[in-house]
Amino acid sequence: MLELRIDAKSYLSADGMAVEVVRGLDLRLETGSFGALIGPSGCGKTTILKIAAGLDTDFRGERRTPGSGRLGMVFQEPRLLAWRTVEQNIRLALAPDRADIDLTELVGILGLGAHLARYPGELSLGLARRVAVARAFAVDPDFLLLDEPFVSLDEATADRLRNELMALTTRTEVTTLFVTHDLAEAVQLADRLFFLAERPTRIILERQLPPPRGMRGKDAVAAISDEMRALLAQATAGVDKG
Amino acid sequence: MSRFLSLAVLVAAWAITAAVAQSRLLPGPLAVGATTLSELRSGELPFQMACTLGRVIGSFAIAMILGSMAGYAMGRSKALDRFADSWLVVLINMPALVVIIFAYIWIGLNETAAILAVAINKLPNVIVVMREGTRALDPEIDEMATAFQFTALKKIRHVVIPQLAPYLAASSRSGLSIVWKIVLVVELLGRPNGVGFVLGSAFSLFDMAKILSYAICFIALMLVIEGLLVQPLERRANRWRRRLA
Repeated sequence: MLELRIDAKSYLSADGMAVEVVRGLDLRLETGSFGALIGPSGCGKTTILKIAAGLDTDFRGERRTPGSGRLGMVFQEPRLLAWRTVEQNIRLALAPDRADIDLTELVGILGLGAHLARYPGELSLGLARRVAVARAFAVDPDFLLLDEPFVSLDEATADRLRNELMALTTRTEVTTLFVTHDLAEAVQLADRLFFLAERPTRIILERQLPPPRGMRGKDAVAAISDEMRALLAQATAGVDKG
Repeated sequence: MSRFLSLAVLVAAWAITAAVAQSRLLPGPLAVGATTLSELRSGELPFQMACTLGRVIGSFAIAMILGSMAGYAMGRSKALDRFADSWLVVLINMPALVVIIFAYIWIGLNETAAILAVAINKLPNVIVVMREGTRALDPEIDEMATAFQFTALKKIRHVVIPQLAPYLAASSRSGLSIVWKIVLVVELLGRPNGVGFVLGSAFSLFDMAKILSYAICFIALMLVIEGLLVQPLERRANRWRRRLA
C-alpha cells in the first residue's frame, strides 16, 4: 500500500511570500495497482510526486511506501546523463547487487536494443523517454512514479509508449502512480483515478475503474472519460456551493 | 601552418634585431641555439629542468586537489561560501612574493616550503573556478541521482566529475602556466637548483644567451605537456559532445 497524506505544503516564492500548494490531500493506492493523478496544469502535481518520491521532505503529513521502498521514477524530462551511453544510464541506476542483471528482455520490449551504445544526445525525445522508462523498470522497483512522461511526443509515439508501459506494469505488477493532465490517457492506463483541485490542491474526486485495464477500446475510453467529466463537474460545482 | 608562419616571423624579427643591435645583451637565435646545445650535452639543462618540473607537478597536484574539494564544498553550501568567501578574497589578493617569503620563513628554506608556497598561490584561482562549476551543476540530475539512490562515490564519478570536466580543464590550463612562473620565483629566492636558480645566477653574470635558452626550453616543455596531456584528456572528457549535431 502506498499511502500519502499531505496536510499542508507551501513554499516561499521569489518575493518571500508563502505560497500554499497542497492542503489536506489523502491518497491511498493498493499494492500492485495503477493510479493516475489528474489535474489542471500548475495545480501542484509535480510537487505531490516529489513528496511521494521522498525527494521533498519539507511538508506536513505522512508518507508510507510499499515493500522495501525501492523507487523507480520517470521524470517529465528524461534526465539522462548525457555523458554516459544508454546502457550505462540504465545500469548506473541499479543497486550494486543487481549491477550485472540481464537487460535484454526489458530493452527488447522498449525497442532499445539497437541504441544501447549511443549517447542520449543522439536520441530522439521518444527514444530518450524509453531509456528513462527502462531505467525505472530495471531497478525492479517496489513503486513506480511517472510525471507526465509522454508529453510533447507525437500521438503515435505516445500511444506506442503507453502500450509498452501497460505491458511492463502488467507483467511486473508494480504499484504505480502516474501524473497526467490528459484524462483519456489516464482512463486508458489506470485502475484508479484521482482528480485534483486547483491550488491549494487536494483530491476532489476518486474513482475505481472496472477491470481489466489495458483492454479498454477507444469507445470505452471515450465513454468513461465523458462519465468522469460529468462527475467532476458535479464535484466542482459542489465545492463552489460549499 | 599559419601558426608555424607566425613563429617563423617572430624568430626572424629577433634575428634581425639582434644583428642590428650587435649587443652582448641581445644574442641572436644562433648564439642561443649553440648555448642550448652545449647545456644539453653537459646534462645541466635536463637536470635543472627536471628539478623545476618536479616542483611544478607537486604544487600543481596539491593546488588542484585541495582547490577542487574546497571549491566544490563552497559551491554546494551557501553557508560555507559566505563564511569562507572573505578568506578567499584575502588569498586571491595576497602577492605571490609575500606567500613565498612567509613559507620560507615559517617552514624553512626547503622543498616543502617551496612546493607549498606555489600551491597556495594557485589555490584560490582553482577554488573560484570550481565553485563556479559546482554552482552550474544540474539540480534535475541531482534529483534523479537521489531518486535512484546513487551512492556518494557513484554520484561523484558519474554525475559530478563529468559536469565539472570543462571547469577542471580550464583551471588546469591556466593553472599550469601560473604554477611554472611562480616556481621559478621560488627557486630564485631559496633553492640551490632548478631553472629559476640558473636564471638567477645567469642574471648576476649578465649571461643573456643562457637566460634565453633556459626560458625557451621551459616554455617548449610546457607547450608539449599542454598538447600531449591536457588537450587529449579534455578531448576524452568531451567524447559524448562531439557526436552531437
